Amino acid sequence: MDAIRIENLSKQYKDTLAVDNLSLTVQKGELFSLLGVNGAGKTTTIKMLSCLTAPTKGDAFLMGHSIKKDSAKVKALIAVSPQETAVAPALSVRENLELIAGIHGFSKEKQSQKIAELATLLELDAVIHKKAAKLSGGYQRRLSIAMALISEPQILFLDEPTLGLDVIARSEMWDIIRTLKGNITIILTTHYMEEAEALSDRVAIMKNGKLLICDTPDTIKQKADAQSFEEAFIRIVKEARQ
Amino acid sequence: MRILPFAKRNTKEILRDPLNLAFMFGFPLVLLLLMSAIQRSIPVNLFEIQSLTPGIAVFGLSFMALFSATVIAKDRKSALLQRLYTTPMTAKGFILGYTLPVLPIALVQAAVCYATAILLGLDVTIGILYAILLILPISLLYIGIGLLCGSLLNDKQVGGICGALLTNLSAWLSGAWFDLTLVGGAFQKVAYALPFVHAVEMEKAALAGNLSGIFPHLWWVLGYAAVTLAAAIFFFLRQMKKQ
Repeated sequence: MDAIRIENLSKQYKDTLAVDNLSLTVQKGELFSLLGVNGAGKTTTIKMLSCLTAPTKGDAFLMGHSIKKDSAKVKALIAVSPQETAVAPALSVRENLELIAGIHGFSKEKQSQKIAELATLLELDAVIHKKAAKLSGGYQRRLSIAMALISEPQILFLDEPTLGLDVIARSEMWDIIRTLKGNITIILTTHYMEEAEALSDRVAIMKNGKLLICDTPDTIKQKADAQSFEEAFIRIVKEARQ
Repeated sequence: MRILPFAKRNTKEILRDPLNLAFMFGFPLVLLLLMSAIQRSIPVNLFEIQSLTPGIAVFGLSFMALFSATVIAKDRKSALLQRLYTTPMTAKGFILGYTLPVLPIALVQAAVCYATAILLGLDVTIGILYAILLILPISLLYIGIGLLCGSLLNDKQVGGICGALLTNLSAWLSGAWFDLTLVGGAFQKVAYALPFVHAVEMEKAALAGNLSGIFPHLWWVLGYAAVTLAAAIFFFLRQMKKQ
């Protein structure tokens, strides 16, 4: 079943066409990466899919619900972990999680159960009563992902989840993302090619708002006749310039 | 009730900052004690406790506007609001979530202010209860200003506009620190065209138990509150759409 079906989606900002006639599908349970250099249209695509920005043309359907006509239903089944760490600094880890669970209308019992589950999954137990402002970058990012997961989303958008993390924190974040694979549909944007290759079932490469290629990392390497995924990415993006 | 967890969070953001607490509860009390001490040395009618307390109770609300504007501006700067915009919470939920926490805090602030005034010699009358309750419509005005500034300005600009300009306007044009008739002219006209002096005169009338004396000041306060809140909601929704 298609978790996401994008049909001729475009976004025009004054003189800039940020996303140009994008069409693709993402299967349920798939980890799908959106790659591209800065200004490729990845973040705008995620903003449209998460109902933050209205498309100029086209539509997208998340679990069958239109982002244009049925945004309330779409919002009930998605969660977004934005590029910047989006946490309430004066609240503890537990209170941040309670905030999101409360907004989604969970009962007190369900909140406690979900918080316990996520604290174990994301190894947040040790800092559960610590204020978010006092957490390290790695823990803030884990909290940000836990806040996205607590609403039990069917589709999760991870916008550059490992940006600014050290090697160990990044490796731990990869492990966390791997544990989520298959259970929920994940849309990941990243600038790290090895991350996209290691984690993704399929990858879409965008440039200037246009989709250049969409396939598995191995197939993309073969099609670009490249030794590494990074080399394939560079070749595809550069060739598109010519 | 999706609004309540968000309102609770905003209350915590405001109350957990020790500087906020110092300005919300400490600063008005220091002013009350200081002015009362001055009044004891150099008797001035304006600084008699029954005239002084309503002015300070209203002045204290300007800090509420500053703190609520700061919370909104900081939320806009961080990606927290962007995250919350992708949840099922509606625009109404956001506006009420930022508005509701300020009302009980304002009531507590006014109660603390009048309780201190009682210790300094204010007669205990039913007028104190009226004055505390009338803080609510005045709070709506300051909440509107806070929401408006938080929607339009960044957190640094909020510090300048709400922290410096609003507190000064609220102080100088309210007649709390000096009799506006002594200055007269254009200054007095401008002051009476703005809501701050009306808020103070309404509080003074209520404290004196003169309920008919709260008019027409209440209409001025409510009128400005309605216009400010409407503008605040418009600009908040506009920045929400821009996200």
